[in-house]
Amino acid sequence: MSPSFNELSAGQEIGSRTIQVTRTDLVKYAGASGDFNPIHWNETFATGVELPGVIAHGMFTMGSAVQLVTDWAGDPAAVVDFQTRFTKPVMVTDTTGTAEPGATIEVSGTIGKLDADAGTARVDLTVVSAGQKVLMKAQAVVRLS
Amino acid sequence: MTINPDLQGRSYPAAEVYDVDREKIREFARAVKATHPAHFDVDAAKALGHTDLVAPPTFAIIIAQRADAQLIEDPEAGIDFSRVVHADQRFIHHRPILAGDRLVAELHVDGVRAMGGGAMITTRSEIFALGADDSKEPVTTTTSSILVRGEGQ
Repeated sequence: MSPSFNELSAGQEIGSRTIQVTRTDLVKYAGASGDFNPIHWNETFATGVELPGVIAHGMFTMGSAVQLVTDWAGDPAAVVDFQTRFTKPVMVTDTTGTAEPGATIEVSGTIGKLDADAGTARVDLTVVSAGQKVLMKAQAVVRLS
Repeated sequence: MTINPDLQGRSYPAAEVYDVDREKIREFARAVKATHPAHFDVDAAKALGHTDLVAPPTFAIIIAQRADAQLIEDPEAGIDFSRVVHADQRFIHHRPILAGDRLVAELHVDGVRAMGGGAMITTRSEIFALGADDSKEPVTTTTSSILVRGEGQ
C-alpha cells in the first residue's frame, strides 16, 4: 500500500534497514552496471592509487540505499528525483569464504519536506558505514497519490 | 596531465541505442539488493499500471556512464580515469524506465572548474526513449560531478 499524502508530516520516520556488503556484491554490481574500475575489486590496484583498500562503488551505495524509499512508496516509479553527494568511501574488507560481511551500511529515512501542489514528499536518507556518513544530501522525491 | 578548460559547453550526440530488457532490469535490481516485485514480475508491474518491468531508480547510471565514457576517453579532454572520484549524482525521472525501452543519451558538459591541481567536471545526460517513428520522448535527466584528482591529491 502506498502512503497517503495527507497522513504524512515533515520529520516523520519512514523506517530503516541494514545492508550487508561483500566483495562478491561489488563484483556483481560491477557486472550489472558496467563499472569495472579496479578500485572496487582489486586491493593492489586500490592501494596503488592511495586508497586504504577496496571501496564500494558510490552508485552501489546510492542504489541500494534507495530501496528503503522504493519499498515504502509501494511503486519504484514513484521515485521521480533522487540525488546525493558522495562524501566518504565505504571500505569493504575481504571476507571471501566466510559468512561475515565486508561492510555494513545503515540506512534510515525521514520526511524532509512535503509539496502539496506537486503531491510529492522528499525523503531525506541518512546513510552510515563504519560510524561515518557516507552520503550527504541523499534526497529522494516521491510522488504520492 | 591537465584538464582542457574548453570542455565546458561541449556536447556529445547520442551514440548507440541501449535496449532495456527484462533480464537486465532483474540483474541490476539484484545487484543493488532490490526486492520490489515490479522489478522482477511482469504481472506485479502491470498491477501498478506499468506496461512492463520497472527499472530501479538508479538504473539510468548504466546509460549515463556509457555517455560519460565518450568524454573520459576523449584524448582532447585530458582526463586520467584512475584519478576520477565520483562527487555527486542526480536522477530526474520524467517517466520510469521500462523493459522494452530503446534509450539514447545526449551528453552535455555543463561545468569545468579547476580545483587544486585537478578539476571538478559536471556533466548532464539527457536520456530519451526512441519511438517507432524515431520520435524522442524525454525519460530521464542525470547530472553527475566527477573530481579528477591532481598529483598528490
